[in-house]
Amino acid sequence: MAEEMKVIYERPRSWANKVTHYCPGCTHGVAHRLVAELVDEMGLLDKTIAVWPVGCAVLGYEYFTFDSVEAAHGRAPAMATGIKVTNPDNFVFTYQGDGDLASIGMAEIVHAAARGWPITVIFINNGNYGMTGGQMAPTTLLGQKTTTSPLGRTPQTNGFPIRVAEMLAQLDGPAYIARVSLDSPVNIRKAKSAMRKAFNAQVRGIGFSMVECLSTCPTNWKLTPVESMERIRKEVMPYFPLGEFKVAQGVL
Amino acid sequence: MERVSIDEQQCKSCGLCVSVCPVKILIISDRLNARGFRPAQCTDQDKCTSCSSCALVCPDIAIALYREVKA
Repeated sequence: MAEEMKVIYERPRSWANKVTHYCPGCTHGVAHRLVAELVDEMGLLDKTIAVWPVGCAVLGYEYFTFDSVEAAHGRAPAMATGIKVTNPDNFVFTYQGDGDLASIGMAEIVHAAARGWPITVIFINNGNYGMTGGQMAPTTLLGQKTTTSPLGRTPQTNGFPIRVAEMLAQLDGPAYIARVSLDSPVNIRKAKSAMRKAFNAQVRGIGFSMVECLSTCPTNWKLTPVESMERIRKEVMPYFPLGEFKVAQGVL
Repeated sequence: MERVSIDEQQCKSCGLCVSVCPVKILIISDRLNARGFRPAQCTDQDKCTSCSSCALVCPDIAIALYREVKA
């Protein structure tokens, strides 16, 4: 007789069981999985609409069983606002990288946050433009070498990295703003609980929510996946501290 | 039935699960999958403590975990 086994972990139902196009060790997959798990656990599968960005996650709509739309570069928050206004009963989230959200889409994200409409933004901060070959992004750290800052980023020529979570937390519109890291099992658990709060902020209609996820880009950082996780802990976290920067009343 | 079930066709051989396993029962195997990656492999199913660290860090959702129900 076969032993009876209980499930400790299995693939989420909202995951489409495809092999992703991401490089080995890229934490986009982890962020995707957390989103899929939360959509399952919160019973949102039938009413979720995802807005995908331009960047590595441009093909994100391939990997989930809920509905998706594809936004122009940086315009995902504007599109999500429009969808939420016309479909207030749907759960609408955007998934954006740092080249998309912090560079070309900076105006959209700031105004979406200022308007405070209940949409959720998952922001992947890996410090470069991954898809196009590792160019410098607004979140690239000082001294970091990229294909467009081959000698390392300097404040004189390239300016300083932007801390998006802290910046948006200054506004009155957002209900929940947090920065999490995807570098270790413990931080991934914390990331999931932060994303749950962000999803809840929308489900309860409290307001705009954003979770910034510190991620890796092993290919463009020219490190192994395990070394990339180390780099997040040693170099990225001191500049981009983790934490909740804004929690409105009623968010849990 | 195995406790750690790794979908070898989904695995991209990144080695993150190997690096976080507290009981060190995961290794990168020698064989190749259809995409040319060497998938992770569990060497000792009985030692798995079901901590789910490997499933948490896996970017390819390749790992499923099970546990015997105590009689």
